Amino acid sequence: MDKPDVHHDILLSDQPLSLDQCRDFVAHPSCGGLCFFVGTIRDLNLGETVTHLEFEAYAPMAIKEMRKIAVAAREKFGLHAVALYHRTGDLAIGDVAVIVAVSSVHRKPAFEGCEFVIDELKKHVPIWKKEFRPDGSHWLNARP
Amino acid sequence: MKIHCFGAARDIAGGSSLHLEDLEGITIGDLRQRLVTAYPGFGELVSFAIARNEEYARDEERITPGDELVIIPPVAGG
Repeated sequence: MDKPDVHHDILLSDQPLSLDQCRDFVAHPSCGGLCFFVGTIRDLNLGETVTHLEFEAYAPMAIKEMRKIAVAAREKFGLHAVALYHRTGDLAIGDVAVIVAVSSVHRKPAFEGCEFVIDELKKHVPIWKKEFRPDGSHWLNARP
Repeated sequence: MKIHCFGAARDIAGGSSLHLEDLEGITIGDLRQRLVTAYPGFGELVSFAIARNEEYARDEERITPGDELVIIPPVAGG
């Protein structure tokens, strides 16, 4: 049995994500800075009304890539802990799609590490979103 | 061999996977060409990557029997 990983918490789930769970994971007496990014579903994209989104993931690889990003962020910014949670399935306007939580001794690495994690996730993690509008649906970023 | 498809790739393939013959030994770059020839829709994507055994594959890597191959259209998480 491996030791529990107290520095990286990765979750890909079709159930609502808990910000409290992320905070509890990253909080530590040595850390004076906790930083969070919560990505939610908005009702407009490029001026078009969005009714809901569907997220699909290549789950085993997505989890591996999310873990790589968390490990890289912790090393690069000297963070104490990183939690990275992402939803799959159908999401309504206002639902939480992604949570990044990081902790560090001081605030600056926490801000920078948090931004790094969400930026890298958007570039590399095999998750796709289909946007539904009143007049149809399409996979985001797929076509020019 | 079976190639798994997600997102826009699933729409282009018409299902969650597609089959191409005689892939063992060819490179990932060759596979990308084969895919665009067999399914021109892949050429209309902004880009697409191939994952081999749950890792992004480089074009020069060679496919071996038993590989899990997945088409990765442009990702859009977050």
